[in-house]
Amino acid sequence: MAKKTAYMGMLTALALVFSYIEFLLPVNLGIPGIKLGLANLAVMVTLYIISARAAFTLSLVRILLTGFTFANLSMMIYSLAGGMLSLIIMILVKRSNLFSVTGVSVLGGVFHNLGQIIAAALVVETAGLLYYLPVLILSGTISGVLIGILSSILIQRLTKLINDMQN
Amino acid sequence: MKKNDVILVVALALLSLAVFGGIKLYSGFSTREPEAVIYLDGEEKGRYSLSHNITLEIRQDHGAYNIFEIKNGKAKITEASCPDKVCVNHRPVSGQGESLVCLPNRVVVEIENGEKLDIDAETN
Repeated sequence: MAKKTAYMGMLTALALVFSYIEFLLPVNLGIPGIKLGLANLAVMVTLYIISARAAFTLSLVRILLTGFTFANLSMMIYSLAGGMLSLIIMILVKRSNLFSVTGVSVLGGVFHNLGQIIAAALVVETAGLLYYLPVLILSGTISGVLIGILSSILIQRLTKLINDMQN
Repeated sequence: MKKNDVILVVALALLSLAVFGGIKLYSGFSTREPEAVIYLDGEEKGRYSLSHNITLEIRQDHGAYNIFEIKNGKAKITEASCPDKVCVNHRPVSGQGESLVCLPNRVVVEIENGEKLDIDAETN
């Protein structure tokens, strides 16, 4: 239990730092919503080496902390919509065993963008935002692949490390 | 990576292309003399043809504002009171269906086609 708490603390801190890095170095391609989603790295690792429930908690805590420290309320609503939808999808997809880590991360990326665009379309009451859909599906897929590859390397090494420590 | 992952990535890439193609096709049939339409809270506030340069301020009761500009056939938000400046950093828009969005101020600028034309003009 104490060990799990320690891991969770470290991973949450890591997720927060990743969010901060992305906040400091925004990728501005002229279309809002395109980003790497580094924080998802911490979420993926938690999902695979601890549990779905832990990943959910981490994601929620990260969004709340990020929202209160360096974003604002409206940004927090979109992060919540994107983050929660993406996490639920990732948990379900992981459970289905249809895809490897990369597939789970890709779907997470795509649904993160979908969640945000749906929240945005509801707030501004314009369906016109759906124009962004193709770009955001593509960018979610690309960042999902990158984060997926990184996560699978990390998950492998960390699992080994944790097992070694326990022996 | 599993085989399923590769299939998934390819399928998503195709899907985004298909949606993009669909939007382009749809807008291709209806575009002419594009206009920038300004919405506030989902309500239409004004239409401006992209062929005339203008600058105007969209001001709201509680001090929120966005400065909107049409220049050389492209619409842009040059200044805004919101903290995130997503709308200001957005590239200028001119194509049918493209939009500039300021979520904190709930302002949307959308490019829409102008008046419906007669058939002769549409086959250009």
